[in-house]
Amino acid sequence: MTWPALLALGAAAYGLKALGLLVLGPRTAGGRLLQMAGLLPAALLPALVAVNTFAEDRQLVLDARAVGLVVALIATWLRAPFVVVVVSAAATTALVRLVA
Amino acid sequence: LKPATERAAYPTGALEPSVRRDAWVLGVAVGVFGTSFGVLATTAGLSVAQACVMSLAVFTGASQFAVVGILATGGSLASAFSSAFLLAARNAAYGVALAPTLVRRGSGNGARARHRAGGRVAGGRLARRLVAAQLVIDETTAMATAQSTPAAREQAFWITGIAVFLCWNISTAIGAVAGDAIGNPEAFGLDAAFPAGYVALSVPHVASRAGRVAAATGVAIALFLVPFTPAGVPIVAAAVGVVPALFVARRPGGGVEP
Repeated sequence: MTWPALLALGAAAYGLKALGLLVLGPRTAGGRLLQMAGLLPAALLPALVAVNTFAEDRQLVLDARAVGLVVALIATWLRAPFVVVVVSAAATTALVRLVA
Repeated sequence: LKPATERAAYPTGALEPSVRRDAWVLGVAVGVFGTSFGVLATTAGLSVAQACVMSLAVFTGASQFAVVGILATGGSLASAFSSAFLLAARNAAYGVALAPTLVRRGSGNGARARHRAGGRVAGGRLARRLVAAQLVIDETTAMATAQSTPAAREQAFWITGIAVFLCWNISTAIGAVAGDAIGNPEAFGLDAAFPAGYVALSVPHVASRAGRVAAATGVAIALFLVPFTPAGVPIVAAAVGVVPALFVARRPGGGVEP
């Protein structure tokens, strides 16, 4: 990979972040738009969870990650501390992989 | 994790004590992936310096893994770029969500900057915003938007951003130089650690009916699109989930948490 290509990639990645935070974001001053911005994480974060758990390339799969997600949901339901949610889900997933 | 209603125990906007620890939990997990990235990058033909600069300049893990993964298997630079771009596109949506916290109300040092709001944008504040933009990623968005007050959101953003930035870049360098990762992140189940963390951090978002509609719609859109679109697109498209949520929010009782 050449240096110009690498720096262009960095510029593109930064440009996307800045586009949202510094260009589009500050224009959500209106009530309805502000409400939309406030709801964005509610739509995006669970979608990120779903894709990171059930997608493998372009296929939907059920594997050890799904068991980790169930453990995370239970731990969250029980109001376990953040670190417990994360570690128990990771440990369960690792254990399932070890056994399977 | 406490639901949003109990978080009112911090009415002054003080940072919950757990946020600092939680940020470093994410940082440690990011660090294991960072060593893995450093190894893959050098294996794909990048120099150690290039691997380090990529983590500093691109600073969005999914895109970086996509680039070195595609280059390592002989893919073209163009396909590496387009994959990286699509995976990074969600950061633009995160930026929109974070702007009310970091930009509009002034992202200076607490109250002092807030009193200046309406005045000219000071150079220091602009620099701070430009730095903040680089830190707009999954981890910072999830941690910041889970907080109940604007001040706590701002603090959580910076603490998480700094923790993850340090861990990601230091570990990239270690992996690239040593040529040996701390271990396969998947063997530790760490690929399940981030979704788990985001489950916990989504709790305040699904406290309102509008939030639950946004979440359910977003998940449905994303999973539906997985077989048909390149990686990255399903998550960005999930943003459409806010549209039905707005109709719910308009009805009495479906309101969004302030």
